[in-house]
Amino acid sequence: MINLAQTYFIEVMTIILYCLLIFVPLLLGVVMALYADRKIWAAVQKRRGPNVVGPYGLFQVPADGLKFIFKEIILPDGSDKTVFLIAPIITLALSIAAWAVVPVQAGVVLANINVGILYIFAISSLGVYGILMAGWSSNSKYPFFGALRSAAQMVSYEVSIGFVIITVLLCVGSLNLTEIVMAQKTMWFFIPLFPMFIVFFISALAETNRPPFDLPEAESELVAGYQTEYSGMPFVLFMFGEYINILLMCAMTTILFLGGWLPPIDIYPLNAVPGFVWFLLKVTFVFYLFAMVKAFVPRYRYDQLMRLGWKVFLPLSLFAVVATSSILFFFNLAPGM
Amino acid sequence: MTAQLLTFYLFSGVILISSLMVISTKNPVHSVLFLILSFLNAAGLFVILHAEFLAMILIIVYVGAVAVLFLFVVMMLDFKTSINKDNILQYIPIGILIGVVFIAELIIVLINTKFDLSNIQVLPNPLSDFTGKSNTEAIGSVLYTDYILYFQLSGVILLVAMIGSIVLTLREREGVKRQVVSEQLQRQGKIDLVDVKSGKGVDI
Repeated sequence: MINLAQTYFIEVMTIILYCLLIFVPLLLGVVMALYADRKIWAAVQKRRGPNVVGPYGLFQVPADGLKFIFKEIILPDGSDKTVFLIAPIITLALSIAAWAVVPVQAGVVLANINVGILYIFAISSLGVYGILMAGWSSNSKYPFFGALRSAAQMVSYEVSIGFVIITVLLCVGSLNLTEIVMAQKTMWFFIPLFPMFIVFFISALAETNRPPFDLPEAESELVAGYQTEYSGMPFVLFMFGEYINILLMCAMTTILFLGGWLPPIDIYPLNAVPGFVWFLLKVTFVFYLFAMVKAFVPRYRYDQLMRLGWKVFLPLSLFAVVATSSILFFFNLAPGM
Repeated sequence: MTAQLLTFYLFSGVILISSLMVISTKNPVHSVLFLILSFLNAAGLFVILHAEFLAMILIIVYVGAVAVLFLFVVMMLDFKTSINKDNILQYIPIGILIGVVFIAELIIVLINTKFDLSNIQVLPNPLSDFTGKSNTEAIGSVLYTDYILYFQLSGVILLVAMIGSIVLTLREREGVKRQVVSEQLQRQGKIDLVDVKSGKGVDI
């Protein structure tokens, strides 16, 4: 036992250090994303947005966080208390776990595994459990409806996300995220696969319950959906999990379609910039698109949402898989052929 | 004792405990949640065997899709009325019977096994033709060449099952107004955009 501890102590410590290296920038990113989201939304509606706490209102989000930490955690009387408290923890833990395989620069990744894209897909498909458990354990009508809506929505849009990922994988020939980025050295995939880029972007909005697909927490119908009974720290965990998921989807869009850490053109002043700067810039750009969509698209009705997922995106992405593989096969472009 | 062995005992221990909890817990929703936990730990066992593709597929298919539908249905049950404590014992004989059949099958498989179990290093790579390939590639090159017929047949069976369940539940209801998006988009001439002058208003 002592031998084991000696052998693995340094290894475990380095892994913990790497985890912190992911976790701390991620928390900072979430704080900035929340602030940017509110500022962009306000600018579209000709409001000022947060501008009181700190310079330009920059400390508004940490102040809100502190407020939530000091609030009482209310456990509803009829709720299933264990499941009720586990649900937000699962949501946050899963959303952070997915970041373990995201490469921010060539070689800068915690776990460079062979099936990276499948890992992210698997972890994000688990995200629905946090919401389902929250909705059920609250033992209340609105959270339950919110959870049912959310589960159906996330499962539906996962199907089309899966097919879009397959079209990208057909062009790459590997499930490794680093190799997916390196395959875009000559051309970013959003040019040849532009329709799939659009499908992925919209599905990502639906998958993360962002407006216009935020029906699980549609405040005009369901109060706050599955989060209705939550307060204080568990609510913050949900909030952070949601925003980390949004950032993950932005990073996925960047890696799959916008060339990850690669510069737009491989010439001197551009390729001298370190890769993670490009990666950050692209993620920020995709998040800006997310925020703009939130600001000026009205909320979908639930049957329209389901119609879009099953009757429009599913046939479209299925056709794209067949078309892409046929083109790659007949013109001998497929990698490894 | 290596870390690999320790993680093996951790995963299999959690599988055993959570499987026991699946059948012993009173609340059906808790049962499904424990079932999901044991699925996840089974995926962990696959990872220890270097079968990372199978592990991910197990999570995506069973945990991400099948168990969600399971939980979906169980959540909507009114479980407070369905709990009946005294008749749990009546299932023990049939449980033992299934257990005995299962153990017998396992023993038969272990006796006739093709793998050399004395050398545990064989397990990550049971088919020697594929050394150096990732297991995604290895599975693909076996599944889509040697077993293509079985693969297609199982796909057809699933399709038939899906169509069957749709046919059984599909019913046409009269008097339901449905949204036809293409019709809505083709409505022309009924909407005018008018630049309204201030203080003048528009004539309709």
